Amino acid sequence: MAKNKKQSGTLKKLMRYIRKYTWLIMASLLFAAISAILTLYVPILTGRAIDCIVAAGQVDFQGIFSIIKTMLIVVCITAAAQWLMNVCNNRITYQIVRDMRMDAFAKIEILPLKYLDAHSYGELVSRVIADADQVADGLLMGFTQFFTGIITILGTLCFMVSIHYKIALVVICITPVSLFVASFIAKRTFTMFKRQSETRGEQTALVEEMVANQKVVQAFGREEQVLGRFDEINGRLQKYSLEATFFSSLTNPCTRFVNSLVYTGVGIFGAVSAVMGQISVGQLASFLSYANQYTKPFNEISGVVTELQNALACAGRILDLIEEEPQVPEDKDAAVLHDVRGNVTLEHVDFSYTKEQNLIKDFNLKVLPGQRIAIVGPTGCGKTTLINLLMRFYDVDGGAITVDCEDIRHITRGSLRTSYGMVLQETWLREGTILDNIKMGVSHATREDVIQAAKASHAHSFIKRLPKGYDTWITEDGGGLSQGQKQLLCIARVMLSLPPMLILDEATSSIDTRTELKIQNAFAKMMEGRTSFIVAHRLSTIKEADAILVMKDGHILEQGNHEELLRQNGFYAKLYNSQFTATQRMPEEKNYQ
Amino acid sequence: MKNLLIYLKNYKKECVLAPLFKMLEAIFELLVPLVMASVIDVGIARGDISYIIKMCLIMVLLGVVGLISAVTAQYFSAKAAAGFGTAVRHALFAHIQRLSFSNQDKLGDSTLITRMTSDINQAQSGVNMVLRLFLRSPFIVFGAMIMAFTIDVPSAVIFVVIIPLLSIVVFGVMAVSIPLYKKVQGGLDAVTQSVRENLTGVRVIRAFHLESQERERFCKRTEELTHMQMFVGKISGMLNPVTYVMINAATAYLIYKGALRVDVGVITQGEVVALVNYMGQILVELIKLANLIITVTKAIACGNRIQSVLEVPEGEADVYPAAVDATEKSDDEMVVFSHVGLTYQGAGGESLTDISFTAKKGETIGVIGGTGSGKTSLVHLIPGFYPYTAGSIRIAGRELSDYSKEELRDKIGIVMQKAVLFQGTIRENLCWGKENATEEELMEALKTAQALEVVEKKEGGLDAVVSQGGKNFSGGQKQRLTIARALVRKPEILILDDSASALDFATDAALRQAIAGLKETPTVFIVSQRASSIRYADKILVLEDGELAAVGKHEELLDNCEVYQEIYYSQFPEEKQKGENVHG
Repeated sequence: MAKNKKQSGTLKKLMRYIRKYTWLIMASLLFAAISAILTLYVPILTGRAIDCIVAAGQVDFQGIFSIIKTMLIVVCITAAAQWLMNVCNNRITYQIVRDMRMDAFAKIEILPLKYLDAHSYGELVSRVIADADQVADGLLMGFTQFFTGIITILGTLCFMVSIHYKIALVVICITPVSLFVASFIAKRTFTMFKRQSETRGEQTALVEEMVANQKVVQAFGREEQVLGRFDEINGRLQKYSLEATFFSSLTNPCTRFVNSLVYTGVGIFGAVSAVMGQISVGQLASFLSYANQYTKPFNEISGVVTELQNALACAGRILDLIEEEPQVPEDKDAAVLHDVRGNVTLEHVDFSYTKEQNLIKDFNLKVLPGQRIAIVGPTGCGKTTLINLLMRFYDVDGGAITVDCEDIRHITRGSLRTSYGMVLQETWLREGTILDNIKMGVSHATREDVIQAAKASHAHSFIKRLPKGYDTWITEDGGGLSQGQKQLLCIARVMLSLPPMLILDEATSSIDTRTELKIQNAFAKMMEGRTSFIVAHRLSTIKEADAILVMKDGHILEQGNHEELLRQNGFYAKLYNSQFTATQRMPEEKNYQ
Repeated sequence: MKNLLIYLKNYKKECVLAPLFKMLEAIFELLVPLVMASVIDVGIARGDISYIIKMCLIMVLLGVVGLISAVTAQYFSAKAAAGFGTAVRHALFAHIQRLSFSNQDKLGDSTLITRMTSDINQAQSGVNMVLRLFLRSPFIVFGAMIMAFTIDVPSAVIFVVIIPLLSIVVFGVMAVSIPLYKKVQGGLDAVTQSVRENLTGVRVIRAFHLESQERERFCKRTEELTHMQMFVGKISGMLNPVTYVMINAATAYLIYKGALRVDVGVITQGEVVALVNYMGQILVELIKLANLIITVTKAIACGNRIQSVLEVPEGEADVYPAAVDATEKSDDEMVVFSHVGLTYQGAGGESLTDISFTAKKGETIGVIGGTGSGKTSLVHLIPGFYPYTAGSIRIAGRELSDYSKEELRDKIGIVMQKAVLFQGTIRENLCWGKENATEEELMEALKTAQALEVVEKKEGGLDAVVSQGGKNFSGGQKQRLTIARALVRKPEILILDDSASALDFATDAALRQAIAGLKETPTVFIVSQRASSIRYADKILVLEDGELAAVGKHEELLDNCEVYQEIYYSQFPEEKQKGENVHG
């Protein structure tokens, strides 16, 4: 029941997209009906023509000519109707897909990060791409196919019954056998295909594991053993693959056989009726050609039903995304930040990702313009969360964050976010040239500006050595670049946009210490007079901060500069003594919770 | 693809029988219209009902025989295809395992995995399709034509005209639309990329406030895609209507021509029906054939890709430069580099230049340097992962190039930068180091690697399950287990390539101590970014841009190696002040 309700709800929402194209759909259905009926009419014409050809000297040429003339006209109309139907269907499906995709994308741009962080990207991509396609293919094509199929079946029945109802009865009785055979085979093969794909999956897992780590395999000389395991799976795969391929390939010969039974049945009954003078030879010929085509729409329709259900499920998924609650809209009179001084305060901030677990409770912080704030603490203490709140990727549950005395919820998101330069541990580059990537935030920057920024971030020397320098094309995952190089590019990106405030979340974690030191100097220069928040694990960065926030379980445990905190001999001192002196690193922290 | 066909050699019988039976089926199918014609001409014309029934029974019989031959054909082709796929998979996997490191790098993991999986699957189904359909479709098309000729030559001439015409249209439309579909796919990829980028880069995009710009970009790409799709749709949508008109025009002509021939008494009414039937069979099979050709082209492309991997020479003897051994041999030497250089295949310049040093038995050698300075390249030369391209390397008194790969790798335990565990149990993973290691040996190795507690903590101890990629272990746990794996074989040379990066200082130190305290102390190479890890090494190699900046002990280097000083002080800034105080 619930499922039905959900399906009908989905249908209703889907109608919004379909309604725009009502006229096209009507036209498509009209053309479908025309072409289906006329296609069926042709065998009758052929039959009549054959009846004009009886034997030597008994040929009605007059009749034949007029029939052939009609036939050619009918065929041309049919072809035209077919093509027009195609064009209509294309327009409908592709445009509906386009509309849905655009809505879905527009929604993605305004969805809260809470939603995006909670869903896997792969799944969301597949909703916008694959599911949308499936809706088009399944629902709309399925619908026209279904419609054409029904018309064809009804039409065939009418024509057959109108010629001779007894023979029609034969066809009607034998046809279900074909459907039965097809579904029987499909059911049997389903389990075989499942077994085949399971074994394939097992093999792929092994291949991925071993090929990706081939060097370890060779270093330990384990080639033989690995090959043995592979062959064992391969042997099973061969067996299952043979079964699945064989049984699934039975469908066609079997339905063809049933078809030939129908054909023979029509042959016997038709011929006998012809002998008894109930039908003509031409009518028998029409019958025979119907018998050949009759089962086709049935097989198509039975396929359509599953496809329709699947398409409806897909429609549900993409529509859910489109209907998702967007982030809180901006106030109409939201302030636009200009000339940010860099006063940031957090007053009694409460925040949690899930209701059950309080993460940040009553958090207070006052940052003066130009101050450098380092945030340290063990994994899961809320460091990255703080950044999420400052950037307003997430809204606070209680309390308020202000920038230059303005509550950030009354500031436009764009102006708030562009006031910060952000470098995250998790680098992100887009497919394009190095140049495009660096000037992502400042589209009007000149090449010289970009090179200047790259020099400041010590990225210039490696970019220079790339095959095409700044015009080297890089792929989404950064292609041949090392993690450290990618981080350098992200730093260059921020150095170019020179925003009034900075957020650095483990920005140099993958860069070797010597280069890091140089970048730190560049950062230091950049941070002069800029309020900055730095999540870091390296001592050098933290020690020079104006204030260190030591966080644990969402609280500020301690606050002060390096010397003060060491004197307090509390948690920071403990961390410092156990971690910094030993490894120079804080415990690793994931970039996002 | 051609060379891949040898993997069908065990299935010669199937490869012949499958198409043969398929042809039989086609023949029986082609006979049906003839039988029907005689039903009309003899049975109906004479009113002979028993003849009609007899003929119809023959048709059933033809159907049954056709079914049996089809089933046989399907079985043989499925068997041949499955056997082919299995054989190619085995050959390719075995081949990949024997590829040299350079070739593996050149081909790339993801390429190899695709070749192993989807490409072979496609090639396999290609073989299956070819065996099943490649003879059937042309046979029906030409068979129908030949049958038409046996009925009446002048009427059948239309077949000779229409078949090439239809072929031109069918293949023409496909030839035009396939490249267009590729373009559509490209358009779809662009749209997909937009969506993915906006999800993976959501924080950056929002931080730069690029949302509206991104939306425009997406809309543009989507519109382009839609236009392309509708355009291709218009073209490929012509196929059915045009062929429909052609085939019916031919039928109309056939009826007219047939009427003339019947009128002069050359053929009968039933034979006209048979001719019309044959005409009907052509179109379906031609379209099937065209689709088949697409599938087969794809399969051949996959086959060629597989073939090109198989053609990469495997296990080729690495080419080493002629040994010009200048260094003097001594008894306690273990690894000697003499003016070693390394140029990776296809690389523009040297990755390592003129490296010389001697590591004595039982010594610990630290290797330090910035990212990309050549640390890993250097240690990868020792087990012969890559052949050095200049100078010479001597291991335990013998030229490295004299060793066989097995001999060399048996001497060496290596822990790679990326800690990799395999699906299975801890025991199975450790036994990679030594096939028949005793429980005691395993425990000893674990103890040295500071990994005992890892095993003790896991349920099942040594037999605890390791999931794929070792996902159920933390980075530090994995590193310790991989170190234990290398230790199990009691190597003469132990290489730790940045393999303690996830360990805390205390464990790192304990590990180094435990290794130093082994009964037969191996020569240890420790590659690290951490100065603390290599500080106490007997010798430290400082690399910079592939060159050896300095060799020496910590104190010496701190005194006279600028690169080392920079690295060290960037990690121990407080020491810098001390150092400056001393020197200042």
